[in-house]
Amino acid sequence: MSIAGGEKATETPADAAEAFRALARAQLPRLVLMARRLVGSDAEDAVQECLLKAFQRHAQLKDPDAGPAWLASILVNCCHDVGRRRARRPVEVDLEGLERFSLFRKIAYEDPFPYSDSLHLDFLEAFGPEDVREVVARLPELYRVPLVLVHMEGYLAKEVARMLDVPLGTVLSRLHRGRKLFEKQMWEYADEAGLLRGAP
Amino acid sequence: MIGCAEAVRLLWEYLDRTVEQGDRALMEEHLTRCRTCCGELEFAKELRSFLARSAERTLPPDVLRRLNESIEELGT
Repeated sequence: MSIAGGEKATETPADAAEAFRALARAQLPRLVLMARRLVGSDAEDAVQECLLKAFQRHAQLKDPDAGPAWLASILVNCCHDVGRRRARRPVEVDLEGLERFSLFRKIAYEDPFPYSDSLHLDFLEAFGPEDVREVVARLPELYRVPLVLVHMEGYLAKEVARMLDVPLGTVLSRLHRGRKLFEKQMWEYADEAGLLRGAP
Repeated sequence: MIGCAEAVRLLWEYLDRTVEQGDRALMEEHLTRCRTCCGELEFAKELRSFLARSAERTLPPDVLRRLNESIEELGT
């Protein structure tokens, strides 16, 4: 695994296994964080499954530089499988009027912090990391995955398309809807969690 | 010429530079005459960086330890 260009003749199975373990050790923190963003408390199971699957397939990895993206791609699929097995009932989201929803205008019209001179920024600052995680978790998986991968993990949409094995246009369209849903869920969550009551 | 509803729909794609050339020109024309949508655009930029910096960076040590142990068991 560690030698590019197909020169694997001198690599023993023990060398290959150690090379895989080295890659996995180095990537573990990144994989755990990514899984927590994608599937919350099921992250450990997803990463465990990812490591096993990747180890079984590690002979397929020809270019060591591709290792991190290869592991991330396996993890995304494991997160999907783990989420499906848990079969949690997804939070119902209202897609009605989503295209026209604007969080910016909603905040301006509702004016939750009447004494603020930076209303929109104060709205964002009312959200702690736990609140953001909760809002992200409310999104259907179809939209949550591209949103997390692009906006929190920093992948390009075309890289996400490769990971999910779907056309780029599909990723862009899910991303579009995911961002709109995120905005809408932010407002609903802020209302429910009482974040709009504490004027700065 | 487009109205605010269409501008709001195109906003994130405009920001990501994934909007088509024709729509980009319409969006830019709209932004020259609509202060609210300029505000929308600034807020979308804020929201994008808010999302990036809200990504959790806390690693639970017990989870890391268990997973590290699993790694060491692979292939042995």
